[in-house]
Amino acid sequence: MKLAVCINHVPDTAAKITIAADGKNIDKTGITFVLNPYDEIAVEECLRLKEKNSGEVIAISLGGDAHKETLRKALAMGVDKAVLLKDDSPRDSFSVSRALADYLKEISPDAIFFGKQSVDSDDAAVGTMVAEMLGLPSVSVAVRLEIANGTAIAEREIEGGKEKVQATLPAVITAQKGLNEPRYPSLKGIMAAKSKPIEEKVPAATQPKIEVIALRKPPSKSAGKIVGTDSSAVSELVRLLHEEAKVI
Amino acid sequence: MKILAFAEQRNNKFKKSSFEVVRTARTIADQTDGEVIALVIGDQVQTIASELGGYGAQRVLAVQQPKLEKYSSTAYSKIIAEVLKKEQGSVVLLSATAMGKDCAPRVAVKLDAGMGSDCIVLKVEGENIIATRPVYGGKALADIKINSAVKVFTLRPNVFPAGISSGTAVRVEVVDIPLIDSDFTSLAVETIQASGKLDVAEADIIVSGGRGLKAAENFKMIEDLAGAIGGAVGASRAVVDAGWRPHSEQVGQTGKTVSPSLYVAVAISGAIQHLAGMSSSKYIVAINKDKDAPIFQTADYGIIADAFEIVPALTQEIKKLLGK
Ligand SMILES: Cc1cc2nc3c(=O)[nH]c(=O)nc-3n(C[C@H](O)[C@H](O)[C@H](O)COP(=O)(O)OP(=O)(O)OC[C@H]3O[C@@H](n4cnc5c(N)ncnc54)[C@H](O)[C@@H]3O)c2cc1C
Repeated sequence: MKLAVCINHVPDTAAKITIAADGKNIDKTGITFVLNPYDEIAVEECLRLKEKNSGEVIAISLGGDAHKETLRKALAMGVDKAVLLKDDSPRDSFSVSRALADYLKEISPDAIFFGKQSVDSDDAAVGTMVAEMLGLPSVSVAVRLEIANGTAIAEREIEGGKEKVQATLPAVITAQKGLNEPRYPSLKGIMAAKSKPIEEKVPAATQPKIEVIALRKPPSKSAGKIVGTDSSAVSELVRLLHEEAKVI
Repeated sequence: MKILAFAEQRNNKFKKSSFEVVRTARTIADQTDGEVIALVIGDQVQTIASELGGYGAQRVLAVQQPKLEKYSSTAYSKIIAEVLKKEQGSVVLLSATAMGKDCAPRVAVKLDAGMGSDCIVLKVEGENIIATRPVYGGKALADIKINSAVKVFTLRPNVFPAGISSGTAVRVEVVDIPLIDSDFTSLAVETIQASGKLDVAEADIIVSGGRGLKAAENFKMIEDLAGAIGGAVGASRAVVDAGWRPHSEQVGQTGKTVSPSLYVAVAISGAIQHLAGMSSSKYIVAINKDKDAPIFQTADYGIIADAFEIVPALTQEIKKLLGK
């Protein structure tokens, strides 16, 4: 099986976000960037499928040189090949998807994996957009996956339950937490990844369709009211919720 | 603007968020001398569809056939895109639900349209719409503009008002969009409902428990409070990782994003990744024994005390108030 996994290099979820002077981007100074946590799950799923069915896993990342760090992490986890689509021009989900779809079309994998969303733009769009561009079926937010006889059967989370979705291969799957528990790269893997080559390609330029007018901090909430420090505060809390907030 | 509002249904029932989508379309149409066309997809949805008139749809279209009873990413997106083209609309609104988030990216590609996902504000500005959407797990807000001719937006559930139905029923137009087998390459074959429990993503009130509850069985107290107040049970990641609660209840950056009217955080410290999922709640109550817990910075009301003492008392007090 030829498996592809598209991965992104994003601020650590614990990072403090500050806005850059241009008012449209984040200030990257001092921020640790990591392999997007959902993409890590996608990488793990590919490795497990490969271990079961043999084949190869190709990790692809679109971005500047900094993305090599994340590709190395994927190599350390065990992917066979890493490809950097080198471009650090501003892109939206649509133009990111276009570049990935163009490359994926060249290598035509049997299954293509993504994380369900990238924790920077939180768009939750790229995997399914790529599927549409390639004319492939897709399952997003998968928490269970079985691949047999050219068909993927996946469970995806929906409100109040799950939905079992069937898709014929080749297909796109986007990974949600719960699909698996990603492995830690072994020391041997980390060492080996250092010397593995990262293939570089330059994707075609695409105009984004989305323009960020302003990036800003959410209005800061002033710390609330401490109603009390023991159970005598309970009736006052209920009164506040009922009369002031009017939520009960 | 001519707006197509996709009104999601499951089991021939609309979600509240479907009404929010139609109402928001109405609000935009009112400011742009526009029109709202609501679209319902499913099997025999014609009967329920007329209800959408009450939320401001001028026209209601139904695309129905037995094969559409279950959601299909490929078929549903094709229908939405085809209808928009036929009607020459310029905006598609969907809810940022499991279905909407899955469908909208395909719709956008089919229409060569930019997409704004999980928006919390849509503001008409001249000929365009400025959307505000949380990014970086809600640690920043982006104001965005879409520059393509057609624009697709998904709306975060529970944020836009649905208003009250005016009761106006609209005659439903059944539209035929020819579909072939290859339009169903991704298809939901089965729905596995979680014992009819209220989902955190849809609940108007959520009571969440954290690691401070010490054991799975102590969630009984959280369930009791949620039951009394008519809410859903949520959990922090620490609790889900410990296996005390299912992942479907996890709130936060790697769980669900929720915006209920009331969020009660019990024995949850308020880590940044937890806040990412719930800070847009209208009212937040924190119960924590540590006065320095970060959750108090976000909470509207806090009680600094032992949850084991406060929660049962709170349940009693709420039962008293609600006459239960
Ligand atoms: C990539 C990544 C993604 C993440 N995603 C999420 C996510 O989606 N959701 C999420 O929640 N977390 C997420 N986390 C984890 C997050 O950082 C925290 O570890 C987690 O939220 C902590 O859960 P908690 O508040 O229940 O536990 P703790 O931080 O251990 O807090 C327990 C709290 O309980 C209080 N307490 C203890 N006993 C009592 C008592 N008797 N009465 C009252 N209070 C008491 C303590 O004072 C403390 O504040 C993520 C982390 C990473 C790295």
